[in-house]
Amino acid sequence: MQKSLNIDPEKCTGCLQCELACSYDNEGVFNPSKSRIKVFKFEDAGRFVPYTCTQCDEAWCMQACPVDAISLDTTTGAKVVSDTLCVGCKVCTIACPFGTVNYNSSTGKVIKCDLCEGEPACATACPTAAITYVDANWTGLDKMRAWAEKTDAGTQVSA
Amino acid sequence: MTYVVVGAGPSGVVAAETLRKADPSVDVVLIGDEPEPPYSRMAIPYYLTGKVDETGTYLRKTDGHYDTKGIRYLEGRVASVDADAGKVALEDGSSQDYSKLLICTGASPIKPPVEGLDSPGVHHCWTLEDARQIIGVAHEGADVVLIGAGFIACIILEALVERGVNLTVVEMEDRMLPRMMDETGGEMIKRWCEKKGVSVQTGVRVTKVQYSDGAGDGHLAVDLDNGSQLPANLVVVAAGVASNTGFLGGSGVKVEDGIVVDNRLMSSVDGIYAAGDCAQGPDFSTGGWSVHAIQPTAVDHARVAALNMVGQDAPYRGSLVMNVLDTMGLVSVSYGAWEGVDEGEQSVVVDEEGFKYLRLEFLGDHIVGALSLGRTEHVGVLRGLIQNRTPLGEWKTILMANPQRYMEAYVDHSQ
Amino acid sequence: MAWARNLLRVDLSKGTSTNEPLNMEWAQKYLGQRGLATKYFVEEVDPKVDPLSPKNKLIMTTGPLTGTSASTAGRYSVVTKGALTGAIACSNSGGFFGNELKNAGYDMIIFEGKAEKPVYLMVENDSVQILDAAEFWGASVWDTEEGIKTKHGDPLIRVASIGVSGEQGVKFACIVNDMDRAAGRSGVGTVMGSKNLKAVAVRGTLGVAVDDSKSFMAAAAAGKEVLAGNAVTGEGLPAFGTQVLMNVINETGALPTHNHRDVQFEGANNISAEAMAEPRESDGKPNLVTNQACFGCTIACGRVSTIDRNHFSVKDRPEYHKASGGLEYEAAWALGAATGVDDLDALTFANFICNEQGIDPISFGATVGAAMEMYEDGVISTKDTGGIELNFGNAEALCSLAELTGKGEGFGAEIGLGSKLLCEKHGKPELSMSVKGQEFPAYDSRGIQGMGLTYATSNRGACHLRSYTVASEVLGIPEKTDPLETDGKAGLVKAFQDATAAFDSAGLCIFTSFAWTLDDVAPQLDAACEGEWSTDKLLEVGERIWNLERQFNMAAGFTGKDDNLPARLVKDAAKTGPAEGKTNGLGKMLPEYYEVRGWTGDGVPSNETLDRLSL
Repeated sequence: MQKSLNIDPEKCTGCLQCELACSYDNEGVFNPSKSRIKVFKFEDAGRFVPYTCTQCDEAWCMQACPVDAISLDTTTGAKVVSDTLCVGCKVCTIACPFGTVNYNSSTGKVIKCDLCEGEPACATACPTAAITYVDANWTGLDKMRAWAEKTDAGTQVSA
Repeated sequence: MTYVVVGAGPSGVVAAETLRKADPSVDVVLIGDEPEPPYSRMAIPYYLTGKVDETGTYLRKTDGHYDTKGIRYLEGRVASVDADAGKVALEDGSSQDYSKLLICTGASPIKPPVEGLDSPGVHHCWTLEDARQIIGVAHEGADVVLIGAGFIACIILEALVERGVNLTVVEMEDRMLPRMMDETGGEMIKRWCEKKGVSVQTGVRVTKVQYSDGAGDGHLAVDLDNGSQLPANLVVVAAGVASNTGFLGGSGVKVEDGIVVDNRLMSSVDGIYAAGDCAQGPDFSTGGWSVHAIQPTAVDHARVAALNMVGQDAPYRGSLVMNVLDTMGLVSVSYGAWEGVDEGEQSVVVDEEGFKYLRLEFLGDHIVGALSLGRTEHVGVLRGLIQNRTPLGEWKTILMANPQRYMEAYVDHSQ
Repeated sequence: MAWARNLLRVDLSKGTSTNEPLNMEWAQKYLGQRGLATKYFVEEVDPKVDPLSPKNKLIMTTGPLTGTSASTAGRYSVVTKGALTGAIACSNSGGFFGNELKNAGYDMIIFEGKAEKPVYLMVENDSVQILDAAEFWGASVWDTEEGIKTKHGDPLIRVASIGVSGEQGVKFACIVNDMDRAAGRSGVGTVMGSKNLKAVAVRGTLGVAVDDSKSFMAAAAAGKEVLAGNAVTGEGLPAFGTQVLMNVINETGALPTHNHRDVQFEGANNISAEAMAEPRESDGKPNLVTNQACFGCTIACGRVSTIDRNHFSVKDRPEYHKASGGLEYEAAWALGAATGVDDLDALTFANFICNEQGIDPISFGATVGAAMEMYEDGVISTKDTGGIELNFGNAEALCSLAELTGKGEGFGAEIGLGSKLLCEKHGKPELSMSVKGQEFPAYDSRGIQGMGLTYATSNRGACHLRSYTVASEVLGIPEKTDPLETDGKAGLVKAFQDATAAFDSAGLCIFTSFAWTLDDVAPQLDAACEGEWSTDKLLEVGERIWNLERQFNMAAGFTGKDDNLPARLVKDAAKTGPAEGKTNGLGKMLPEYYEVRGWTGDGVPSNETLDRLSL
């Protein structure tokens, strides 16, 4: 069974170690602004929510890419951006209804979570197990996906 | 069964692939009218700047992709459709039978009624061949006049600037991107362009282009209705596009702004479907029928049309218009009913100095449209919020006070 | 690497900013943050300068580890000459601002001069703008932070700002970042206000690199494992926060109460971590909402709380019905035990106001305590207080004074003088529980002897964060010493002072030192930074920093005579608890301390010592 990232906001303390690990793994430096996972802080409620790509089946980003630069990693299920093919047109960034594909102006390419080839650095770095990489049918991301189905423009029948 | 897809842009290719995947038993024929393998017009600006070569613009990168997928690729241009006979005639005199037909012929640039636009040195920037012509002339220091400041013009604009030309943009409407940006946004982009050394003349019409045969790239003079004249080595015309539907005369297919299709993407003629820039389909925002000549709609249309063609029940809830544009580093985004709706509300924050702008349009407690300049983080979520008609609850008040917090509103709802 | 190797110098008088390469020779001797910024400060500023004069400078500084994935490595400090103390000040803050500054490509920002009118600094990587702050002047920290983020269209901008208190010259104004984290002590916010600098807003997206990333990741991971496995940093602090100490210190007989008249507080349990977790009667919810972490922190000791909506302080004031930071132990003590108030919601409210308006809750609470004693002694009356009945234990008085002091209005302006000036003004200097003008924190030095020496010798005035011997004397970290004994405390204090200076210069939170020694820190620094960074070198750097700060204070006019405690602590014995009958034995510890420091009998660093430390 493919694993997926399971996010439990209740356990998150907002420390951003996930963002540090993600940016280090992908960029070689510590730079939360380039992290593929983001922690949202709900100041007034005292709530922290890590948030990243669910690798959704609809793959809006992959479908929308005009140059075939996003492909499916069949081992992990991740939708992966090819830096050599991406031209930086940003269509995927507006097509993804989760806002989890972002443009990196310093490289002129888009970035998104690729599950680190099956060893997500964010999950390893999380000190409170708010982010885990697990075999699970009903993960936090599944909940997001369920919610995502409502985001449908009519293409809910999968090809 | 033979499914014929006419037009090999993004919607044609995605439709052909979807047909093949959904029904391995049928024949799938894809007809394209350009000599190159199917490519993406979205990628042409990056070809102009040299960021990618021609192959970088191709929709599918692997050699023999269409053969491998069992899609028969036919080069040719369709001249007419005989719906009764189930046949398309090609311009070379040959014909192709179909069981069901999908029209993905896209759009073509409009040539405004201005004298001299047929002169040498005047080009559209639509096809790869156009791009090659432009690359041949748009050298560093060349004087270039870009007619039009809409979406297509603006994606070419940056490429031209990167090539080091002296660029003047002439737009007859009162602002840049009149169909994608409001006045605040259009003015901000104009100021940004001017700051980057591009001359932008809005509210000005080109009255005539004159060509005088000279050495090298030739000499053009562009007359404007304000009495001035611009010298040019190259004139690029990007004054809008129109759906390619001329070959449907006599077919019985109903055409307005584009081919009118129902919520299964079928035209007025049974068995004939349309998708992409040539289709006038259900509009998510208005509930009416619109041509949304954008990549995501092209792809959505294609998938839905293909699934319905093979007999699945795949209703389409309508396309949401969305655009993203990078104008020399200033990223602008528009979604849905950004101009607002009757009885709607608006929340705006502008930072003129910082070139940042955000406008959200609400109806009741959900977002129906958005404009954004100067931000790239999580913009896609605006699509989610609009298309889900996410009930904002207490976030409505927060977003009315500060629209920038839309991502929090979304995350709070989804988690 | 690790360092950005770049500093930003902002001349507020001229309205200019310039980049300068960081002095890497100094970085090797002073590491960063507290040490390195102090070196810059000492080199550039006349020690005799009036803290509120344009000639004083204010440095916001990160450490080499700030912005890396080392646990807690998001700290930044403010170095200046303190408005409250007239001594060298270095106030350290967590939150997220430090990382942002580093990610924008700066090790530090040096502010000079004084802006003609209120301004704020907007830094987005290499874009630096000094902008008109007219619209934010007079606004709270919370509104300023929110306003700047909205104005510039980016919720991820990090802001460090002053509240109205800092504008109004309240002597213990602090600089608050990320809504509820503060460079809290010594009046660094007052200095910022005197420069007409309302806020510093930063967005940094450049990234922080380390020298040997593979070794660094291993060392950082090892460090995190130590923190996770430690009872204090792995369990106690995440679960209870610093408030875990309230009952412990009370039982130790070292919880200063009623302006240090007493060493134990009857109401301690009502304002403790345990009380914060207890469901309230009114709505069944506890005061505590959750714990929260500062940038990169794997401990997450921070508290997020709410006030009972029916509480008198917030009734019909929905803006305070949200969750916000606190209570931490020091604030709970100062607002509670020091004033005799045991109303948890009142303390939470006062603490919110301290964050919202940027006042140091320690100095505020302690000064209110001193005023209460003067009130009860008849030295001041409602005529002085503007009608406020200032008895110990009056929660309403505490809440009103927090609001008044936050805005520098009414009797709040008097409280805003700090206890030293306030008590002197009313002819009762002996009632100010302070050293070098700065109020004591939450440990009574009669019950924890080492803390007396800590306070007396602290370079920034009374402070627990210069050598937290509580760790040893109460918690047994790294080894248990007897809190009632003075023997050995001189060496203990020196060791803590030097090590702490190294932690404070690295970009790390001092709370890691519950679990880490410098042996845990050195490998992380060594991998991240150029040069060799051993434990011995860090100790030497720490000692060098301590002596440099001392030299500055000496040049500023302080002498060994200022290494002193109020008479109450050395003459009046503790009345209850384990320390009953005890006074602080500073007289015995101080000469020993001077000796182990290599200072003369007058407390002046000897030439040999200075030579040894290449000062």
